[in-house]
Amino acid sequence: MSPRKVEVRAPIAGVFYRKPSPEDPPYVEVGDAVRKKQVLCLLETMKVFQKIKSPVNGKVVEIIAQNEKPVSDNDVLMVLEEE
Amino acid sequence: MFNKVLVANRGEIAVRVIRACKELGIKTVAVYSEADEHCLHALLADEKVCLPGFKPADTYLNMPAIIKAAREKGAGAVHPGYGYLAENESFAAACREAGIVFIGPDPETIRLAGNKLQAKETAARAGVPVIPGSNRGLTTLAEALEVAGETGYPVILKASAGGGGRGMRICGDETELREEFPIAKAEAGSAFGDPTLYVEKYLQNPRHIEIQVLGDRSGKIIHLGERECSVQRRYQKLLEESPSPALDDSLRDKMGRAAVQVARSINYFNAGTVEFMLDGNKNFYFMEINARLQVEHPVTEMVTGIDIVKEQIRLSLGEGLDYDYYSLSPRGWAVECRINAEDPDKFFLPSPGTIEIYRPPGGFGVRLDTHVYQGYSVPPYYDSLLAKLVAHGPDRKTALSIALRALDEFTVEPVKTTIPLHKKILADDSFAGGDFDTGFVRKFLPEEDED
Repeated sequence: MSPRKVEVRAPIAGVFYRKPSPEDPPYVEVGDAVRKKQVLCLLETMKVFQKIKSPVNGKVVEIIAQNEKPVSDNDVLMVLEEE
Repeated sequence: MFNKVLVANRGEIAVRVIRACKELGIKTVAVYSEADEHCLHALLADEKVCLPGFKPADTYLNMPAIIKAAREKGAGAVHPGYGYLAENESFAAACREAGIVFIGPDPETIRLAGNKLQAKETAARAGVPVIPGSNRGLTTLAEALEVAGETGYPVILKASAGGGGRGMRICGDETELREEFPIAKAEAGSAFGDPTLYVEKYLQNPRHIEIQVLGDRSGKIIHLGERECSVQRRYQKLLEESPSPALDDSLRDKMGRAAVQVARSINYFNAGTVEFMLDGNKNFYFMEINARLQVEHPVTEMVTGIDIVKEQIRLSLGEGLDYDYYSLSPRGWAVECRINAEDPDKFFLPSPGTIEIYRPPGGFGVRLDTHVYQGYSVPPYYDSLLAKLVAHGPDRKTALSIALRALDEFTVEPVKTTIPLHKKILADDSFAGGDFDTGFVRKFLPEEDED
């Protein structure tokens, strides 16, 4: 049985950030194992930062959104593989 | 008169400034980001300059690009609005160096007002009451404990270079102060580049009252009465009114004089606001000086009849103030509701997107300052303020009934807004009775979650 792919989507439009601040390392890299509720990235909408958390225990297989670039409502940000 | 003014802002305040300029016969230049091509300010100005990019840092905060635009378009003056570069000392100084008039206070004043502790010291020296606490910056826990021992708990730790609610920590007792001090110090250092803190006695749910002041180049300073700004959530104002139901003529006069005293002690020029806290026993304390035009300036305009933006321009041309609060015979009551693109039922989560249905309110006593219209797409990159709905009536009860009626008419869909929250506030008995403080809004909000 192949592992289930899970898409992490933007709940609203905003700017996508992979890091908590420019000096810090990214929250996650492709290949990282992640736990449910672990922070994957930030989304800034109208000066409010929202933590985007992992919906599952699993692994990051693809990071689609570009760091510090705008994303639209419901855009796929990352793809995970459920454990 | 200025031939041309560049408006270094976006949204409703840029529209507000452009309107004032047009009425004065001044040509206007708008700057706009790539996301704001269809924003009303870019459509209303006589000329416009695109600031490449969409992020505030690349666009509305980009000093060299804005000064270059002003030069190329031949604008003799820049109006900064509020936020962005309005309280940026370097920008005011850069304008001066470029031979462009910055419509606002002098750079030196902006610097002083920006240092909260220094401003507090200045107010105390001018004989204005300040909240008891340390009268100098602190860097060690021992100093903080000593001050807190004198003022009594609870105390609040604040960053000297801070503002806007950032880096503030409330400590109910000594244990909490010992715990919070190092964190607050680290936070202040990283957020403002200065770890200096100060300690103040913490006032439980005070009222927030501010006084509008104007100063001319001859040194004459007047006030335009107060604004009641206690309806807030997390230090963000939601609804403001003028006058305040908490003040009588004698207290108004005292606070007005105190504000003028503070402003005079720093040779304040142009429009500014002196903020105070008012406790349950009607003792007032200086909080800070805002060296700019405030979002809520329209309520003062409605009751005094003074167009504050036009006054800013007039004062920048060296003209004088030949009136004061009393000679204006202020009339009636005004209330402003901030209509934000936020969902009050979901922890004020921002709500960008296209406005498909837009029906603005109108009628006697209604003023609407906004940059949106039907079909406008609210970008996710900037402030959530969509509109300021201002109601003016002969007395408070009438003004509130006009506001409620106008909110009922106001339709913005499908973007979520604070309109339903304002309706609840206006229908509340203690609000109608004038009995509220800075803790008031909490009862209308769902419990906060950890995110």
